[in-house]
Amino acid sequence: MNSRIAFVAFNTFREAVRDRVLYNLIAFALLLSAAAILVGQISIDVERLVVLNLGLTAVSLFGVVIAIFIGIGLVSKEIDKKTLYTVLSRPLRRWEFVVGKFFGLTGTLVVNTIFMAIGVFLALLYVERHFDRADWSVVAALYFIVLEFLIVCALALFFSSFSTPIMSAVFTFALFVIGTLADDLRGLAHNTTGIGGVLMTAAAYLVPNLSAFNIVNQAAHGDAVAGRLILYNTVYALLYSAVAISGAVLIFERRNLK
Amino acid sequence: MVAIEILDLEKTYRVGFWHRRPKLALRPLRLTIDEGHVFGFLGPNGAGKTTTLKLLMGLAKPTAGSARILGMDSNDPRVRAQIGFLPEQPYFYDHLTARELLTYYAQLSGVPASERRSRVTAMLERVGIASSANVQLRKFSKGMLQRVGLAQAILHDPRVVFLDEPMSGLDPMGRREVRELIQQLRSEGKTVFFSTHILSDAEALCDRVAVIHQGELRGIGSVAELTQHSHGKVEIIFCANAAPAALTNLGIEARISGEMVNVVVLQEQQDTVLDILRREQIRLISLTPVRSSLEEYYVEKLQPKESSMGATA
Amino acid sequence: MNPSRKVNLVGSAVLLTAAAASVFTLNTIDRFNRQPEAQQTLYIRSAKALRRMSLGYTGLLADIYWTRAVQYFGDQHSQQSHDFHLLLPLLQVTTELDPRLLPPYQLGANFLSPKPPNGAGLPDDALKLLQYGIQQNPGQWRLYYDLGFFYFTEFKDYAKAADAFSAGAQLPGAHEYMHVLAARMAQHAGEFDTARMLWYTAYQSSNQPDIKHNATQHLIALQVDEDVTHLEELVEKYRQQTGRVPASMGELQRAGYIRGIPRDPNGKPYKLMSDGSIEVEDPEMLFYITKGLPKDLQKAASQQ
Repeated sequence: MNSRIAFVAFNTFREAVRDRVLYNLIAFALLLSAAAILVGQISIDVERLVVLNLGLTAVSLFGVVIAIFIGIGLVSKEIDKKTLYTVLSRPLRRWEFVVGKFFGLTGTLVVNTIFMAIGVFLALLYVERHFDRADWSVVAALYFIVLEFLIVCALALFFSSFSTPIMSAVFTFALFVIGTLADDLRGLAHNTTGIGGVLMTAAAYLVPNLSAFNIVNQAAHGDAVAGRLILYNTVYALLYSAVAISGAVLIFERRNLK
Repeated sequence: MVAIEILDLEKTYRVGFWHRRPKLALRPLRLTIDEGHVFGFLGPNGAGKTTTLKLLMGLAKPTAGSARILGMDSNDPRVRAQIGFLPEQPYFYDHLTARELLTYYAQLSGVPASERRSRVTAMLERVGIASSANVQLRKFSKGMLQRVGLAQAILHDPRVVFLDEPMSGLDPMGRREVRELIQQLRSEGKTVFFSTHILSDAEALCDRVAVIHQGELRGIGSVAELTQHSHGKVEIIFCANAAPAALTNLGIEARISGEMVNVVVLQEQQDTVLDILRREQIRLISLTPVRSSLEEYYVEKLQPKESSMGATA
Repeated sequence: MNPSRKVNLVGSAVLLTAAAASVFTLNTIDRFNRQPEAQQTLYIRSAKALRRMSLGYTGLLADIYWTRAVQYFGDQHSQQSHDFHLLLPLLQVTTELDPRLLPPYQLGANFLSPKPPNGAGLPDDALKLLQYGIQQNPGQWRLYYDLGFFYFTEFKDYAKAADAFSAGAQLPGAHEYMHVLAARMAQHAGEFDTARMLWYTAYQSSNQPDIKHNATQHLIALQVDEDVTHLEELVEKYRQQTGRVPASMGELQRAGYIRGIPRDPNGKPYKLMSDGSIEVEDPEMLFYITKGLPKDLQKAASQQ
């Protein structure tokens, strides 16, 4: 059973790697890191800030775009076309397919992030000439970004299980955007009374709360990251992804293929 | 041993914006197929053949009824290791080469790692695409894709093989190869269930056939029995530019194409015609008893009916 | 069991447990101190830039910044922090994005001016914000109320307060006390009843919990001030009568000056000191009082 999931994951990864869209996006992100170096030289003393702010934001945003593009391409489109006929008629269980896709997708993004991170670190090395302890927070920031990707992939998978490729992409992106503002949503819900407040609170908990994952500015300033926060964020990301994936499994289990 | 048992399998789709109007894709279907047989599922497009296959493969859920394959429920994952499926107009992962695709399928079907490589190579040869083993599937022609489809259906040595329109997209050479393949499978003791609307293939290959139309089973029977009636006629083909006067004087109609003439006469007239040909020194090409064809049975079953299914097992 | 059924059961179980656990985790993250967050909320201080970025949805952005302002103030206040430096920018951004949003002006009127930890300590900026608000919303009586209130409590400019109350009193929907307040400014500005009316109106006319709570605190303080003044007057009368200060509250009571042992609004009895002054039991629980404080705190209060 486990080996089947691994086979699906590997196949998904291979497909992503051969998809040329991936390369374009990575190249773009790397270019942006290089641009950051130039921008930073305009005003002295903020080189590190600009490189990290721009670089990490690029990794984050492009990563999300890649996650959605690839996620939709790998899952929603596959379900839409008939490639699944010959796959699902094999001893592969439907839930194994979903989980395998998830691992393949996140594996792709992790590898992706590593490449882009190398670009950022090279840019950092260029302006700083050396690394020091404060740079560990950059690693933490990147780790949190990867956790964000986990959630986005899980959501892409969830929507793909019942929606068309385009709508899945739209929903996933929308939830990502709302997720970055989730803190404010909860603030608004707190101030709203009555049934509106209840609904808003429910919505605020339903969307992924991504505010705690964005420590780009902190990392740029070299602030230390609390170990507890790393733990909590990891747990939250895993839990939220589990919710989305199990939702996808449940929906996909009963779906009639066209 | 019964290979396939379909018990009142039924599928209704609900169409329309609010899912109101029901569309009956398959009326309760009851069918039994023994192991080692080749079974033909005949019907025009949209008759419900593909729906039946999708239900059997677990790609869609039936509204009612069930099916058993090799004694196990069709949804049992253990069954899937024993069956192969070729869908109509299959789509595959474009970015993979033929070898990679088959290897992937072998992995999913549980072919042990030690055998995978040799099995895949053997399959590639068997369906005749060994030379393109390392070419990406997006560069394959339709015929080649069909061969890949066949390969993936039999690569894990399943006991039952389901083929949906296996001949589609193939040139005559390809079709002949597929026919040979099916016959090979049969001789290996496998059960083959295939749907088609090419009756000559069905006639040549199948032990039994079923006719389905508008979601309903219209007829079922063994090919041998359905085509045994001969109507007492004979077909004679000979080499000439025109029918000899002696024949036309007997009121016999002749069909002429090029240098060949084709007449159909009653068995009693057979000797008379042969005498005429011998006298005129006309060369005889062939003499065959006319058998009722599957086509007649098929067309008859497709007529709108008032009575119940004409099942003649 | 049917494999499909097993998947459904396990899947549903995972979904529900993970969902519950994720809510719990989220709350844990919240309680975890994330101070720098506030800094980030104001990364972009220019309202104009924000306006452009909001793609026209300025109202929504104003609402978001308003919520942040409330949360920021609440957080700082509950921690008894002395740092309110983000309050003014937050309110400024909010009101520039949507000048017709009224609650920010109220929050500003109540909390921008008082010194930390009760507010940001910026009376002039508070005044400017209010005036901007009135300019943008000339028909809103409540803003005039806030303005009058502001002149009264912060600048002790009773004339300007009277003007504001008069102006506001004529606007549609004005609270009935507006006329009265305008009148009282002229003559009875220093009296307890005026202040009480002011704070009571503040309490009644606002829906914001922070403002209501603040008004309540002030009303309590007024009561204490009044009580202490009154009690000290009684003590003085006693001294004039008997030539000495009463030894205890009990003595004052037996002499018929008071009926029971007087208590402050928190229920604690007032203390009669040896020099005849009255002090409160728990000065920390009573904000804003100007009377009845122990000697060392009195000095501090008078410097405020």
